[in-house]
Amino acid sequence: MITAAYLSYWFTIFLMVGGLYILIARGNLLKKLIGLAVFQTSVYLLYVAPGKLIGGTAPIVAEGFTRYSNPLPHVLILTAIVVGVATLALGLAITVRIREAYGTVEEDEILERERADGE
Amino acid sequence: MLEHLLALQVVLPLMAAPLIVLVRNRDFAWLATTAVSYVCLVIAIALFSRVAESGPLSYALGSWPPPWGIEYRADALSAFVLVLVSLTAAFVAPYAQRSIAAEVAPDRQYLMYAMYCLCLAGLLGITVTGDAFNLFVFLEISSLSTYVLIALGTRRKALVAAYQYMLMGTVGATLYVIGVGLLYLMTGTLNLADMAERLQAVDELRPVLAALAFITVGIGLKLALFPLHQWLPNAYAYAPSMATAFIAATATKVSVYVLLRFYFTVFDPAPIFERLPTREVFIALSVAAMVTASLIAVFEQDVKRLFAYSSVAQIGYITLGIGLENQASLTGSITHLLNHGVTKGAIFVLLGGVVLRAATPGVTVAGLAGLARRMPLTAFGLVIAGLSLIGVPGTAGFVSKWYLILGAIERGLWWLVLVIVATSLIAVAYVWRVVEAAYLRPSPDSGRREAPAGMLVAALAMAALCVYFGFDTSFSVGGAAEAAELLLRGTR
Repeated sequence: MITAAYLSYWFTIFLMVGGLYILIARGNLLKKLIGLAVFQTSVYLLYVAPGKLIGGTAPIVAEGFTRYSNPLPHVLILTAIVVGVATLALGLAITVRIREAYGTVEEDEILERERADGE
Repeated sequence: MLEHLLALQVVLPLMAAPLIVLVRNRDFAWLATTAVSYVCLVIAIALFSRVAESGPLSYALGSWPPPWGIEYRADALSAFVLVLVSLTAAFVAPYAQRSIAAEVAPDRQYLMYAMYCLCLAGLLGITVTGDAFNLFVFLEISSLSTYVLIALGTRRKALVAAYQYMLMGTVGATLYVIGVGLLYLMTGTLNLADMAERLQAVDELRPVLAALAFITVGIGLKLALFPLHQWLPNAYAYAPSMATAFIAATATKVSVYVLLRFYFTVFDPAPIFERLPTREVFIALSVAAMVTASLIAVFEQDVKRLFAYSSVAQIGYITLGIGLENQASLTGSITHLLNHGVTKGAIFVLLGGVVLRAATPGVTVAGLAGLARRMPLTAFGLVIAGLSLIGVPGTAGFVSKWYLILGAIERGLWWLVLVIVATSLIAVAYVWRVVEAAYLRPSPDSGRREAPAGMLVAALAMAALCVYFGFDTSFSVGGAAEAAELLLRGTR
């Protein structure tokens, strides 16, 4: 039961580390952004999962209900999702501009082209 | 009206941004930006004097009382940072017109102003909010607009710099949210003051320590704490001049504010500094930043990158004061927020004029040759700000370094005094390279082309502040000492 209760944390850590790994290890700017998105998603899970109580209901006071889930994390994470979407959109927009300016989205090729132009 | 000042401080620039986008006119955009910046400065000064008179101000957003609603709060520290941010904005905004007109495509200029307003709103919001999650949202508002400001730079390298900053900045902000999430799990509150109270009753320390680590690294990325500063030199070097001047003077300083807020207000500072090796870590990283970044600056060819590395070193001085953790050192740190903000702001504003008059988008040290003949006032301003950067007595930089040295002596760390003096000598070396090029090397052309008057006035006014804060320290050190006292008292 203890392991099951902590399961969401294991998923969170897996996503967190996996996302961060992609972000660092990949040279493709798009793949880096995917890593970043996965990394941010782990935070959504970290917040939302503990808010849910097994057998809990929406926090509306009514007869027959004593266990309530916490809705606040969901609201917070809605905001965080919006922030995440904005970040990803901006990241993709910058990647498009990089592709227009350099003709590639590979990190090493960008560096190569900068060196070739003596920048 | 007066009690709403705390909210207006953030709401005004936040509203100005969409208005500017709707009107789509660059002259209106400039006027609105300048007006908002000045109103913000007036509000910040009003808040500062009210806090100094009658203690912390609190504002319940939407009349929801804290800790349930979001609380805006100004105390001695946040009011001080508010003045720093809005003061810089008030100098940079009027100057921006010529600089933006020269560096950004005409159809994109109004967007640049909108981003600038958003960035200002974000930075002021971080400072004024008393809610940990609200702080994250403002952190992202300011960061996202900063990435756009950097990406608008003329050279294509600006795009790569913005991309790199975006990756590192987002990782930093996400680490911060993870830390806040852990704290929320342990305390069930997001209000910073409430969190501080409830943390004292928490027995299980491991998640709290993890939260401390996440927040330290996350904010460390944002404030360019060595060795997390990799994004900074390129971001500063390739951003449009006006963006560099504004970001260099404010963004990292506001992040330092967040760190101070968490270390001294939310967490109990005593165990952080006594039981964990926080002091040693901060001192080691700060010294590393001061020495290595200054040395890199000595050998850097691009002038903007040179001063960007100098920023990393100067942030080292600020974090050194946090590591020493006593009244004098914290006063030094907080004073240096203002003094370095004004100094670096002046330098980048002046360099904006140089870039405007130079044929190339980047300026190398060799490209400054004969600057004193071509642009005498600009060169003179650079010398003044450079002296303040070194910390020559009579300039702002000296005052904050003096307090840092006092703090180091109080801790009995005499070797640190030597390090501070030695790194100041390295600063002499890189500032001298600029001065030598400007004054002693012959100019390639003899024509005299000073920067436009509007830019020059803003730049020289900031340079004058570098000297002013070196003599009259009643605001800078007075405000900082009060803030340091408030932090060390451990309670708000």
